[in-house]
Amino acid sequence: MVPPTTFPSTAAAYLGGVKSALGSVYVIVLMGTYVGLGALAHDVGVSALWLAVSTALVWAAPAQLILISGLASSSTLVEVAIAVTLSATRLFPMVVALLPVLRGPGTRLRDMLLPTHFTSISMWVESLRLLPHVAREHRIAFCNGLSTGYMGTAVVSGAIGYYLAAGLPPLLAGVLLFLTPLSFFLSTVNNARLAVDKMALVFGLLLGPLLAYWQVQLDLMWTGVIGGTLAYGIHRVRELRQ
Amino acid sequence: MKAALVDLWPYLVLILVGFLPNEVWRFIGLVTARGLNEDSQLVVWSRTVATALLAGVIAKLILFSSGELGGIPLAVRVGAAVCAFIAFFALKRSVFAGVVAGEAALLAGSLLF
Repeated sequence: MVPPTTFPSTAAAYLGGVKSALGSVYVIVLMGTYVGLGALAHDVGVSALWLAVSTALVWAAPAQLILISGLASSSTLVEVAIAVTLSATRLFPMVVALLPVLRGPGTRLRDMLLPTHFTSISMWVESLRLLPHVAREHRIAFCNGLSTGYMGTAVVSGAIGYYLAAGLPPLLAGVLLFLTPLSFFLSTVNNARLAVDKMALVFGLLLGPLLAYWQVQLDLMWTGVIGGTLAYGIHRVRELRQ
Repeated sequence: MKAALVDLWPYLVLILVGFLPNEVWRFIGLVTARGLNEDSQLVVWSRTVATALLAGVIAKLILFSSGELGGIPLAVRVGAAVCAFIAFFALKRSVFAGVVAGEAALLAGSLLF
């Protein structure tokens, strides 16, 4: 679906963004992911409000998963913070790639604060696809609308998952809790199109449980650094040989 | 005062351990003037680190499950993940179809075993 090139007003551009978000396939992905995270949050024992605030402030499902599951584990807060920041490095090149598309002649830095915070995989993919068809003066409003649509979906889905987990019999609650590892697993498999990313995925799947089983300090950080560097190293050696 | 601190503690943790370590990368992106090539070596390496770390979290959630999911046998959880993986590729790389297949396998497995 290609939105109209121009909107009568900024408000219309914002609403156009919200509509685009609610009509895209990413809404279904977000619902599944956040219903699962909601169930996990209930299982871990944080409040439903805390989950909603974390969705608005963190706005990155992998970081929220690491945060929520980390708080439940024996990891220290510093360990969780390191794991969160290592999971979030991808946001840096994403923001860098998105800003030139949003920026117009009269754009101030503070106009960019909200889209910068909203940057996440679903919004980023859709913005890069749709924004070139939107008039430049309305791009920021459209992008903010798109992001609000996604974030609203995530907040509502998180609450649904949270209260579902509270009311379901044990077996179905177990099925609901399985939604988180399952949806993250398949979307990571789906995103790993290059050989280097596939290797990183396999190394992480093996190292994560192994280092946790051996009770290595900072096990998640080492899973990322060792698994990722190993995959990267093999990729570089292969590249240099060609 | 003390009670207020206890109430606010989870939110302080959220900001210090969740929000700031995550948001810092968006902020660096905003203030970085020069563009970064998607294929630059630093970007590729940081992506592999993040992928491996996330994969580690996923594997731990499946193998060392807590709560109600932990009540379902390990073999059923792993089997259901394998079913989801196969269904994902069999059905034109559909994440949705894979998730549905995995959940169905988990439910069937836990009713059978």
